[in-house]
Amino acid sequence: MSRVVTLKINGQDVSGREDESILDVARENGIEIPTLCQLDGLSNVGACRLCLVEIVGVSRLLPACVTRVAEGMEVNTESERLLRYRRMIVEMLFSEGNHVCPVCISNGHCELQDTAIALQINHIGMPYRFPVRQVDASHARYGLDPNRCILCTRCVRVCDEIEGAHTWDIMGRGIASQLVTDLATPWGESETCTSCGKCVQICPTGALFIKGKSVGEMTKRPDFLPYLAMMRNRKNGS
Amino acid sequence: MTKKKIATIWMDGCSGCHMSFLDIDHRLLDIADLIELVHSPLVDHKDFPPDVDVTLVEGAVSSNEDLEKILKVRARTKILVSMGDCAVNANVPAMRNRFTPKALNEAIYLAPNMAQPQIPHGTVPTLLPQVRPVHAVVKVDVYVPGCPPSNDTLFYVLSELIHGRMPDLSDKTRFGA
Repeated sequence: MSRVVTLKINGQDVSGREDESILDVARENGIEIPTLCQLDGLSNVGACRLCLVEIVGVSRLLPACVTRVAEGMEVNTESERLLRYRRMIVEMLFSEGNHVCPVCISNGHCELQDTAIALQINHIGMPYRFPVRQVDASHARYGLDPNRCILCTRCVRVCDEIEGAHTWDIMGRGIASQLVTDLATPWGESETCTSCGKCVQICPTGALFIKGKSVGEMTKRPDFLPYLAMMRNRKNGS
Repeated sequence: MTKKKIATIWMDGCSGCHMSFLDIDHRLLDIADLIELVHSPLVDHKDFPPDVDVTLVEGAVSSNEDLEKILKVRARTKILVSMGDCAVNANVPAMRNRFTPKALNEAIYLAPNMAQPQIPHGTVPTLLPQVRPVHAVVKVDVYVPGCPPSNDTLFYVLSELIHGRMPDLSDKTRFGA
C-alpha cells in the first residue's frame, strides 16, 4: 500500500499517493498542465516536454508526467518562463514538420492545433524546415503522413504495450528521427501489424489516419485505452 | 476625423481571404466613412501609395514579384497585417518547397499535354527557392490565422485597427479555421 503525501501545487495544498506523478495529482485537483505525448493507459516517457514544471529547490525544470510527488514538494505549473518554453516547444513542432492545417484530415480535431490555440500561438517565429518526407499509403486501410508526425511515440507504445505487436518504432536520432513499421519496411508489408487501428485512434495529429477521410473528417476516439490498460493490468495481476 | 488609408495585397494565395473580406458585406458600408481603400486587387490602382495606415496581406512570399511587392508595402505601411494562413505560415503554397523551382517549371511548362512546351522567361514571375511566410521576410504587426479567417474575424480586425486599437484574436481564429 503506497503512502499518502502532501505537497503544494501553485500554492494550493494537495495530497496524493507517493507512486503518483505530479501530473496525476494536478489533474485530480483540477489543475491543467498541457501534454501531447501523455495518454492515460500508456506508459509515460516525457517525450514532448510540454508538461515541464518548476519545483522549489530544483534548478532544472522537470516533466510532470514522469516526476513522482514527494512529501513537502512545492510545484509551480504556471509562470512566464514555463509559458515561454511551452510556446517554444509547440513552435518547434510546427516548424520541424509540414503541418498544413487547412488541408489536413484532422483539422479541427488535432491535439497539436488545440495546444497551439490554448497557448495563444498565432504564428511560428522560428524558420520552417520544410522537410521532405514520404507518405506511406501501402496499408490497405490506414495511412501514415510523417509530415504531420510529432514523434510523441503514442503509436509505438500502444502497439507494444496494449496490442503486443510492437510494429511501430522510431528510427534514427535527433532531427533525423522518424516513425517506422517493422524494420523500416512499408506498413502494408508489415508481418507484425494486426491492422487493429489502435495507433490511428490515439495519434494526436493527422499523421496516422483512416483512408478515405477528407479534410477535417478524421476524428479519433482514444477512449478505449484506459479500459484496455486496466483489463490488461488485472490479467497480469498488478 | 481623417479617413484611415487601408490597402490589401494579394501574393501567393487563392484569393479566398479577399472573398472572406468581401463577405463582410453591408458592414463595409458602416465603416465606409472611416476608411479610404487606397490600393487593392479590388480597386484599380497601379502603384502602391505611400503613408498607408493598414495593409492586409493575403498570401505567402513565393516569387521575386512577391518579394519586391512586400518590401515596398512594408516600407509604406504603418500596420502590416498577415491575413490568413498563407501569409501567416506559408500554408498550401509552401507544399511546393520540397521541389526545386527548376523541377516545378519543367513539370508544368514542359508537360506532354502542353501545346507548345517551353519554359517562360520574363513573362511570369520567377519562383523563389522556397515559399516563406510574410514575417520571414518583413516585420508583421498583426497575425490573423485562418483559411480563410471568417468575415466576422476580418471585420473585427479592421474595426479595431481603424479605431486605433490592436485586435485580440486569441479566441476568434486559429490555424486552419
